[in-house]
Amino acid sequence: MESTPLLSVNNLSVEFSTPDGIVHAVNDVSFSIEAGKTLGIVGESGSGKSVTASSILKLNSGVTASTSGSILFKGDNILGADDKKIRQLRGSEIAMIFQDPLSALNPYYTVGHQIIEAYKVHHRGVKKPEARKVALEMLRRVGIPNPEARIDEFPHQFSGGMRQRIVIATALINSPKLLIADEPTTALDVTVQAQILDLMKDIQKENGMAIILITHDLGVVAETCDDVAVMYGGRIVEKTSVNELFTTPTHPYSFGLLGAVRSLDKSARGSLRTIAGAPPSLLHLPSGCSFMPRCVFANDGHSKCSSIVPELELVPSTHSLSACHLRKDALLKLTTKDLL
Amino acid sequence: MSSEVLLEGKNLVKHFPHGTKGLMSKPDGLVQAVDGLNIVLRKGQTLGIVGESGCGKSTLARVLARLIEPTSGSIFLEGQDITHVGGKDLQLLRRDIQMIFQDPFSSLNPRHSVGEIIASPLRIQKIVPKGGEKPRVQELMDLVGLNPEHYNRYPHEFSGGQRQRIGIARALALNPKVIVADEPVSALDVSIQAQILNLLEQLQHDLGLSYVFIAHDLSVVRHIADEVAVMYLGKIVELAQPAGLYSSPAHPYSKALLSAVPLAEPRSTHMRGRIVLEGDVPSPINPPIGCRFAARCWKAQDICRAQEPPLGPAKSLLKPEDSLVACHFPENSN
Amino acid sequence: MSAAVDTPFFYFPVARLLRIALTRFIVRRIFFALVLLAAVSLFTYLLFALLPTDPAALTCGKNCKPELIAANRVRLGYDKPIYEQYWQFVRGIFAGRTYGSGDIAFKCPAPSLGYSFNQHECVSTLIGKTFPVTAYLSLGSFVLWMLLGVGTGIIAALHRGKWQDRLTSLVTSIGVSLPTFYVGLLVLFSVVIWLQWLPFPHYASPTDNLHDFLTAMILPWITLAVLSAASYTRLTRNGVLEAMNEDFVRFGVAKGLKNRTVMRKYVLRAALIPIVTIAGLDFAALLGGAIVTESVFSLPGMGRLAIRSVTDSDLPVLVGTTLVAAVFIVMANAIVDIIYGVLDPRVRLK
Repeated sequence: MESTPLLSVNNLSVEFSTPDGIVHAVNDVSFSIEAGKTLGIVGESGSGKSVTASSILKLNSGVTASTSGSILFKGDNILGADDKKIRQLRGSEIAMIFQDPLSALNPYYTVGHQIIEAYKVHHRGVKKPEARKVALEMLRRVGIPNPEARIDEFPHQFSGGMRQRIVIATALINSPKLLIADEPTTALDVTVQAQILDLMKDIQKENGMAIILITHDLGVVAETCDDVAVMYGGRIVEKTSVNELFTTPTHPYSFGLLGAVRSLDKSARGSLRTIAGAPPSLLHLPSGCSFMPRCVFANDGHSKCSSIVPELELVPSTHSLSACHLRKDALLKLTTKDLL
Repeated sequence: MSSEVLLEGKNLVKHFPHGTKGLMSKPDGLVQAVDGLNIVLRKGQTLGIVGESGCGKSTLARVLARLIEPTSGSIFLEGQDITHVGGKDLQLLRRDIQMIFQDPFSSLNPRHSVGEIIASPLRIQKIVPKGGEKPRVQELMDLVGLNPEHYNRYPHEFSGGQRQRIGIARALALNPKVIVADEPVSALDVSIQAQILNLLEQLQHDLGLSYVFIAHDLSVVRHIADEVAVMYLGKIVELAQPAGLYSSPAHPYSKALLSAVPLAEPRSTHMRGRIVLEGDVPSPINPPIGCRFAARCWKAQDICRAQEPPLGPAKSLLKPEDSLVACHFPENSN
Repeated sequence: MSAAVDTPFFYFPVARLLRIALTRFIVRRIFFALVLLAAVSLFTYLLFALLPTDPAALTCGKNCKPELIAANRVRLGYDKPIYEQYWQFVRGIFAGRTYGSGDIAFKCPAPSLGYSFNQHECVSTLIGKTFPVTAYLSLGSFVLWMLLGVGTGIIAALHRGKWQDRLTSLVTSIGVSLPTFYVGLLVLFSVVIWLQWLPFPHYASPTDNLHDFLTAMILPWITLAVLSAASYTRLTRNGVLEAMNEDFVRFGVAKGLKNRTVMRKYVLRAALIPIVTIAGLDFAALLGGAIVTESVFSLPGMGRLAIRSVTDSDLPVLVGTTLVAAVFIVMANAIVDIIYGVLDPRVRLK
């Protein structure tokens, strides 16, 4: 339990200045992940999950973003590192894949060129035929049929699922310790999604890498993750194990989200559970708890909710951390039975 | 099923030429987007159509809404043949059949106010509602859960869910009988999806609407549909009521599709026994002869590769009699 | 073999070019270009032939005798029906053409585009004399404006929102809205007349007098380049910014590539391909005659020839210059399409 985590993110905040004002994309976010584990970061659009993920590789466009906090990878602070150091990490120790496999590959170069390029950046001096052999092996590993023939084809000659396999092959060519996957299957059909998730799990079993999986899909989380951080309005509102999230959610937002998904999964006809209203604008976050305006539990009796931002705290008799003023009373009485 | 047939498609075929490069060249092949479908929508009901990308479901939606003309086959609305209506008749038909689109960001003209967008079908049809246009538009806005005072706002001032409500209000403006909804919630966040689905059901109940509901998300379709057609490569492979389809799918493809959906229940997949299909959907240009799913099917025999199975009664112990399947070796058959 | 790993930016894939060169794509593209040219020539010819002016009456001055006009009409073939005139014209392009007969006959060798009575020259000779001037003008300003436009566009994109970007944006918005004749005259006035840095331009061919050539060309080059560069700056800036938001660019960065490599192989490759095609068309249009620039700086180019033919109602020259300009545009279109197919593998080639 007490081993040093592979990656720990501490009090990360990211702001973007835009013509309309300052966007508070990520606010005081902390989490960590150990080797061989999968951490899910769940949230809806505008929750800050993707910005959090790109911060780890310093991929947020530099001019307008300001980042504070620390991100420790094997004990070294990434946020303080210089460009050269970051480049050495990118693609070799920490790899990242993106949502849309159709646009993640450079359309002007063959897939082989792009995989070999990713390998040679971190293996200077390796001759090309040798790098090509490594690339072929990797393509075979991710399930591209007939790689010898297809390595010299261009991305547009592959289907969506095949392209995501090629993206994965490119990302994993240097056997990274950590893979950040930003909605890797959202753009894919369900049957292809199943193939890709299986592939990622298999490779993880072989090489023991850690995975941070960014997704909006609780089903994907349930199937692939060990731990989960639920994000809302740029903050983590609940951090727990997958099992506990799905049996005893401790934050009203997790509770509502799970309710909406469950009632869709289970239901015969009839009204679906919803969360009323819409997520807050990151330009104008509410002063207290950002979920307060949509929360069914908050009421006038809890003025704390509208004035003080709740801290993540351990919920008694669980292993869950929850950022909610109310969980001690009303919320804990709720169980999964109420979700159905 | 008792209620009367509202919209019916018979032997619908839609082929697109593929690879035309100039005025004088012949196409390299035909994309068989929809290839011989029979489909029935009953009054007040919802017909769900599911399938993966490239299965032809969106083409089917456009054919049924008569946005495009089928290559062959016929479409009937309340018994009237509307397959080849054009000109003024087509414009009149638009009053009965309306569409809702997937992307609430690109389906609304950003330079028009919400009031103008919702009133546009009325203006095109040169209809002046009793009591004037603005009250009617505001009534519609109220109906779909938008604040009628936001009449003069522009689409960018609304969230994704609210924009989809604008799209729904526009579709309702002419009091249509049928609404063809092409993936109306797939671009929305989960918590918003449920709001829109509830609204659609409420409207169906209040206004007696009939829906053709296209989706790739099986949970969404199960919730809203009275009958579900599963499509694969331009064909319907199974047609059944959701309860039967989801508990005991008859077609191997339906079974694989259902098992691939990740559920928000940890460790549930082990018990469900997931079937992971190999390979990709074949190209709809010159699709395989025989059963189109045969190449990826774990039950395929020689007959499957040679002879196309017709869509017929499921002959299943577990299914109601009116469910149909197109398979030589359906699941749970007696 | 696949392409080498360290291919330079915009390496031209020779193997791919050869593969494409043998395909139906190119054959068809060239075929259509020829068909289009035939149509353009017919259209141009008819357009001017149907004008209410009598071309024969324009062959001599005000106090012309009717007999001379009639004779000229026969000599130039204007007495024949239009389709025959057009046929003669087309045949002249390939076979040359002789006007009149006996002592007063004169011959315009192929490619003959007609005979100008105003200037007593074959049109092809006139164009042949003026074209080099236009070509020098076009080529020089084209090189300048591409360097300037693409360069500042990249700088502006890389410093988005900073002073470099805002300055560029200000300058280009002035640049695109200024008319050439105004800037040309302004430059001419300030540099030549007011500051007297340069003598008044007097064009000479570079082989005859390089000094005169350069002093005559430098101002038009700069004027044309600065004004055209403005829109290329914008195109480049927006293209680069758009490309930098592409997932594949982010993926390139996430691989650990150097910024320079990402810029070269990922961003610029994507951003500049559309610009190459537009540039090809603009260059072709310029070759057809930079009418205003040539007039302002009194360069004896094709643009000025065309203008003069309009004021003099010199129909054969007008038809000839229009046709030559059209040829450049049609050819450039075909070449640009082919280059696009080579540079972007997604373009279907069969």
